[in-house]
Amino acid sequence: MSTRIILPDFRNTPAVDQVGIEERVARFTTRSIKKSSKQHGLKLVLNMIDLTTLEGKDTEGKVKQMCYKAAHLHDVIPGLPTVAAVCVYPTMVKTAKDALKGTSVKVASVSTAFPSGQSTREIKISDTKFAVENGADEVDMVISRGEFLKGNYNYVFDEIAEIKEACGAARLKVIFETGELSTLDNVRRASEIAMYAGADFIKTSTGKISPAATMPVTLVMLEAIRDYYYKTGRMVGMKPAGGISTAKAALHYLVMVKETLGGGWLTNQWFRFGASSLANDVLMQIAKETTGIYQSADYFSKD
Amino acid sequence: MSKKLETKAGLDFVTDWAYAPSPEDTKHIKLEKQYDLFIDGKFVKPNSKKYFDTVNPATEQKIAEVAEADEKDVDKAVKAARKAFGKWSKTSAKERGKYIYRIARLMQERAREFSIIETMDGGKPIRESRDIDVPLAANHFFYNAGWADKLEYAFPNRNPQPLGVAGQIIPWNFPLLMAAWKIAPALATGNTVVIKPAETTPLTALKLAEVIRDSGLPDGVVNIITGAGKTGAAIVNHPDVNKIAFTGSTDVGKLIQKAIAGTDKKLTLELGGKAANIIFEDAPLDQAVEGIINGIFFNQGHVCCAGSRLFVQEGVADIVIRKLKDRMESLIVGDPLDKNTDIGAINSKEQLGKIQEYIKIGKNEGAEFHQSSCAIPGKGYFCRPTLFLNASQSHRIVQEEIFGPVLTVQTFRTIEEVIEKANNIPYGLSAGIWTDKGSKIFNLSGKMRAGVVWANTYNKFDPTSPFGGYKESGFGREGGLHGLLPYVKL
Repeated sequence: MSTRIILPDFRNTPAVDQVGIEERVARFTTRSIKKSSKQHGLKLVLNMIDLTTLEGKDTEGKVKQMCYKAAHLHDVIPGLPTVAAVCVYPTMVKTAKDALKGTSVKVASVSTAFPSGQSTREIKISDTKFAVENGADEVDMVISRGEFLKGNYNYVFDEIAEIKEACGAARLKVIFETGELSTLDNVRRASEIAMYAGADFIKTSTGKISPAATMPVTLVMLEAIRDYYYKTGRMVGMKPAGGISTAKAALHYLVMVKETLGGGWLTNQWFRFGASSLANDVLMQIAKETTGIYQSADYFSKD
Repeated sequence: MSKKLETKAGLDFVTDWAYAPSPEDTKHIKLEKQYDLFIDGKFVKPNSKKYFDTVNPATEQKIAEVAEADEKDVDKAVKAARKAFGKWSKTSAKERGKYIYRIARLMQERAREFSIIETMDGGKPIRESRDIDVPLAANHFFYNAGWADKLEYAFPNRNPQPLGVAGQIIPWNFPLLMAAWKIAPALATGNTVVIKPAETTPLTALKLAEVIRDSGLPDGVVNIITGAGKTGAAIVNHPDVNKIAFTGSTDVGKLIQKAIAGTDKKLTLELGGKAANIIFEDAPLDQAVEGIINGIFFNQGHVCCAGSRLFVQEGVADIVIRKLKDRMESLIVGDPLDKNTDIGAINSKEQLGKIQEYIKIGKNEGAEFHQSSCAIPGKGYFCRPTLFLNASQSHRIVQEEIFGPVLTVQTFRTIEEVIEKANNIPYGLSAGIWTDKGSKIFNLSGKMRAGVVWANTYNKFDPTSPFGGYKESGFGREGGLHGLLPYVKL
């Protein structure tokens, strides 16, 4: 679309009512998803997962194993999709890229001094460039929460815009660490700043802070995406990350996407789950739907 | 201001991922083929020997037939209530409370059965009868049970005494809940009751009769009789009734007031409404839109306090309307027994006809008509959620109560303008205010001529909160401490 985008005043982003958000969220969890509806939903979920390992003790071996799992979730059941991407630290990007050669699984790299973001602009940019040069298809950056909470919205905006530039062709996901933003009004404001600054995705959390992704926070972000889409015609993706570990919870998120943004967002192009243990719970549910019995966790490979 | 910034982008809510149908099972529900009148603790055949059908509005199938009480039956019920009054009014307050608590607990135990029958008989979605109607009805009994032995604290330094026999007539939109609103305070204050549920939705009241019988409440304290307008008139005109409590249409309310003029019967009326729901520019818009949806489409709009007139401040009007239309697309209209259903069936063929008539009137008056594109079942009485944009204050669809899923939308510029327009209506039951600014809420809520004003929420009910109206919406309060007052002599 060729609409000229006029930047809004980020001090005056729309208000959010927490009680109203929680009431709406409760409604999403009462939709009935079972049998074929459940199977369909679960496969969507699998295909939207960013399989993640972000630990100080990560090894190349662990990353390689995870990459194999990403493309071969559970070969016992034929016809399963792969996950959307694997998400690793910049130093592991090359390993992951090599391991995933020939598959459709993307490599996402966290950057900008993940998870705290406490570093200089230069280091954040070179961190990003390093990841992209090593083959990252997607970059997950963190915003400077300190500057945001100070009210220094221009700083946050400029930083995102510069990182976006450093990303080149890689898609940029902007992490707010909503557990540190304290109010839903702040979540809404951060969403607008990130989208106007060029984010391809907005993402709730690093997974290192509790609370991580919650349904109310995600709903606020989805509503911001919706308003931005109407204003600019540009679609922005959503990635709740951290804390979503059950298939049931993931399906509730899908209901929320379906009823807030519609079918256009129900693909891994526009919606992702950042999770490490979700995939196996989904697999367990799919296996149960196929065989009629629940199997123990030992029947599903961890990495 | 926002107008020019919006693109023509649109969202598509039709997806190939669909929810699974999830209708409640009705096999375990115990329903008789024929119901008699509950008088003096027993189900008795009507003197009239006449029965009428009660129909499931979602399937148009007959569920059961129900006795039609004539004047003699009403007289029998009032006599039973009068006989029971002597002993009941002298029963110790603590003991009275015990019975009311027992009724509340029995209702909770049978909550599932109550909610399924409520949905079958009235057409409201199971989500509402299960989560709102039935639990709230039980809560009204619990709450009033607590007052039974504390009346001297409710009315300090007075000597509250019961009135005698209360004749109560309730509508079809919340059949069980209205029965609870009426019966619970009457019992707590030591009165006895003759109550008539609406002719289209008598079944949960008759189930309540079973619960009351099982609770061991002394015979004749509560009498539940069924019938239509004639039966109601017989209750109103019976010389030995001390108090009339009526919830229903304004027309009937006026007839009742005329009928009892010159008698010493006490009266409370809870009648129609045409509430203003007001959105200011600074409101949390997405949550306001959700509140508007709940305000008008809750119970298919069959709610006397429904937020049926929307006032949007000019600057956000386009955005709010776009959001409303989008939200309407994700509403599911269909089988009321399915837990996915957001909007159920219109209560009766007659009511559907009335709504359709108003839709025709609105179109002729020149308001811009919009309906959601959802599918509706081929059989049964259904109506798509409907908007009328650019409505005028003098349109009949703005002035008159439609009692269906039809919302009129008007815009306003200043706060004075919206106060004037919101109050410029014969009704005054409720209003809604949506703004992020607390001072605006306090300023406005004092100026709304409405019994209930909700701020940043809508259709919230609680047994501890009084409910009632101004002007043609009636008088007297139900619920809370205020709800005891119409049932006592001080």
